Amino acid sequence: MTEHLDVRAHHLEETYSKTIFGFWTYLMTDCILFATLFATFLVLHKNTFGGPGAKELFSLPFALTETLILLTSSFTCTLSKLAAFRNDKNKVIAWFAVTFLLGVAFIAMELNEFAHLVHDGNSWQRSGFLTAFFTLVGTHGLHISTGLLWMIILIVPVFRNGLTPVSLKRLTCLRMFWHFLDIVWIFIFTIVYLMGAL
Amino acid sequence: MFGRLNADAFKHDLIENLAGYSILIGLVVVIYLMFHHQRWKWIWKEYITSLDPKKIGVMYLVVAFLSLIKGLVDALMMRVQQMFSVGESFGYLEPDHYQQLFTAHGTTMIFFVGMGIVFALMNFVVPLQIGARDVAFPFLNAVSFYLYAVGAGLVVISLVVGVFSGTGWVCYPPLSGLAYNPGVGVDYWIWSVQIAGIGSLLSGLNFFATIVKMRCSGMTLMKMPIFIWAILGTLILILFAFPILTATIGMLTLDRYLDMHFFTPDFGGNPMMYINLIWAWGHPEVYILVLPGFGVFSEVVATFSQKRLFGYVSMIWALGAITFLSFIVWLHHFFTMGAGANVNAFFGIMTMLIAVPTGVKIFNWLFTMHRGRVLFTTPMLWFLGFVLIFTIGGMTGVMMSMAPIDFQVHNSLFLIAHFHSVIIGGVVFGFFAAFAYWFPKIAGFKLNERLGRYAFWCWMIGFILAFMPLYALGLMGATRRLDHYDAATGWQPLFVVAAVGIAIIFLGIGFQILQVIVSIKHRKQNLDTTGDPWNGRTLEWATPSPPPEYNFAVIPHVHDRDAFWTMKHARVHHKPHYEDIIMPKNSAIPPFIGGFSFLLGFCLIWHIMWLAAFSFVGIIICMIIRLSQKETEHLISAKEVEKHI
Repeated sequence: MTEHLDVRAHHLEETYSKTIFGFWTYLMTDCILFATLFATFLVLHKNTFGGPGAKELFSLPFALTETLILLTSSFTCTLSKLAAFRNDKNKVIAWFAVTFLLGVAFIAMELNEFAHLVHDGNSWQRSGFLTAFFTLVGTHGLHISTGLLWMIILIVPVFRNGLTPVSLKRLTCLRMFWHFLDIVWIFIFTIVYLMGAL
Repeated sequence: MFGRLNADAFKHDLIENLAGYSILIGLVVVIYLMFHHQRWKWIWKEYITSLDPKKIGVMYLVVAFLSLIKGLVDALMMRVQQMFSVGESFGYLEPDHYQQLFTAHGTTMIFFVGMGIVFALMNFVVPLQIGARDVAFPFLNAVSFYLYAVGAGLVVISLVVGVFSGTGWVCYPPLSGLAYNPGVGVDYWIWSVQIAGIGSLLSGLNFFATIVKMRCSGMTLMKMPIFIWAILGTLILILFAFPILTATIGMLTLDRYLDMHFFTPDFGGNPMMYINLIWAWGHPEVYILVLPGFGVFSEVVATFSQKRLFGYVSMIWALGAITFLSFIVWLHHFFTMGAGANVNAFFGIMTMLIAVPTGVKIFNWLFTMHRGRVLFTTPMLWFLGFVLIFTIGGMTGVMMSMAPIDFQVHNSLFLIAHFHSVIIGGVVFGFFAAFAYWFPKIAGFKLNERLGRYAFWCWMIGFILAFMPLYALGLMGATRRLDHYDAATGWQPLFVVAAVGIAIIFLGIGFQILQVIVSIKHRKQNLDTTGDPWNGRTLEWATPSPPPEYNFAVIPHVHDRDAFWTMKHARVHHKPHYEDIIMPKNSAIPPFIGGFSFLLGFCLIWHIMWLAAFSFVGIIICMIIRLSQKETEHLISAKEVEKHI
């Protein structure tokens, strides 16, 4: 019987290490996907086709607020990890709830910005520059939304069954995903907003 | 309600109808036979829901083989058209249909034949050669297969519903943009390639994790078989290149569906950006296809020369150099873009450099044969054919890496002859060698040697007849994708020879089908009872043929490069210690994800948005169900393992 347990424990450990490694690899491929979009943005960012450019369209304080919200959400996400170390189920759920709300706030701000742009006649159909802008920032937003959906999917079982080795493994992947999106946003903030508006 | 889908989508001319109906009839016959022999339950349990990479490999092989036949029929139809369509005669194909043929041929051969056989090989060989019981993520592996199959299915269904793209296999804008191609053809290309491409990316990730994390104890990087090294190079290329493809096709999709302006000539778009990006994926893709072939030849040559591979370390450096260089040569696909002399010179020199590591590999194989006791079995014949054809292709490649020559032969049949030499020589012959070599491991019996030799000679002679004339035609000025030419050019005799060549290749395929049938019939004479039919050197031969679900009853411990060779000659017999084995259970979710993906792709092509949304939600629900399953694995007790030995 102990041998059965040994095999199972060993298997669990191996699965954890494989999954984390595989997820890192996935994040790196996602990084290349974003790199492609960044490259395209940099090629097209001057092609405004007579329309407005970054200077006229973007507000730095707004983008900075978005950045701070997202960075804070990364921080609260890490606090959930500390809670997970102490096996504190309620705190894990609480910190993920805060992260979730901050994520929703971020998405709401982004959608608000998009809506204003479209309303003023500066939609993605206006110029090559706006096409690249909406796609790059929108792809990041889509990732964030996926992350939010994923949080719901993962947190519900934790709420019901508590912290199991499997749920801890999945939450670790989710946190990696969330931090990765934070890093991508830093580049968006720098290249799209700062370099565009300054 | 049905978007763009209406009765017109089903109206085709006679030839297209013939193709569509023959596929439908084939499908009906298969379904009838399945009912007749009552095999549904068996196929559901043994294959469709299986998470065993060996079974998934067989499924890859089936789809790749059917795609190969389809791609070859496309090729034959093109050559027959070119044979007759000269001067007054305009052949038997409408220009529209001809465009679809060359697009479908390229798309099918690269994405569904080339990638299919690469992943089939990985599924069969990688876990066995590294001494593992499974891949890192078995469920994901099955999902990847279904995404690949869905892509192939979408190409096929375009024969029956609507039309396929006519823009060439890399779908350059602005031709593929909304303004010039508003129909469904390009959308078929987009979604079949996008879905299959995501499958390839996930597979690449899976096998990368498998090789890095799951090698058996003692197998350090420098003790891995060369095939595994070649696959590792392939996987690195996949991980770097396929996200670019996903993003690029995604942008083309946005141009077409949301009226964006990435690649439109107007509104500040930049069509050349697409061409740069697609080749930033496309050139590594060529090496993704050919590196596994190099790996196969390394195994085959060492085994049948009954010698250790010559220059193991230099082989690895060569693989590494090819992997790296393949990312900095993409511009040679469009020297004529006008990037300037210095840029062209850089990319030209980098391209020439690739010939060096490739040459190192060729010489290493030849030196492996030198003073070996060479057995000229069919895998060796394929290798020798490869050396000849691939070297011709490689040398014409170096010719074209010089921008001034490329300006002369750009988009000509010379280019077509070049890349068919490297792809057929490297990828297809490599796969045939692998098929003959590993078939006994999969099936438990050897293939008929005589029919294999016939097939080889048909392919070899057929290839020379089909493609050597194209080199000449290209130099004479014949462009690719040509469906009519003037009689005064004097090209017709060479086109006739090329068409005869394809017919002989078909004869070769016929022999291969016959070979499999005859071998199955006479399997009793060719049974492989030892698990080691070729006196092999690597770990896969340490298992019985076919291997059990869990591959190895006891995970081997490796001391040397040719691990199994050393084990055989060491003659040390420990009493094996059996342990419980945990293996994944079958799962019906991957085929469902595949089904929903097919529906999603089809509905997006025809703009049936409500159903597309439904299928997307379906995919997400499938994933949630999988996440909430508790018992996804089963335990095989040590006693059971011991009983089967």
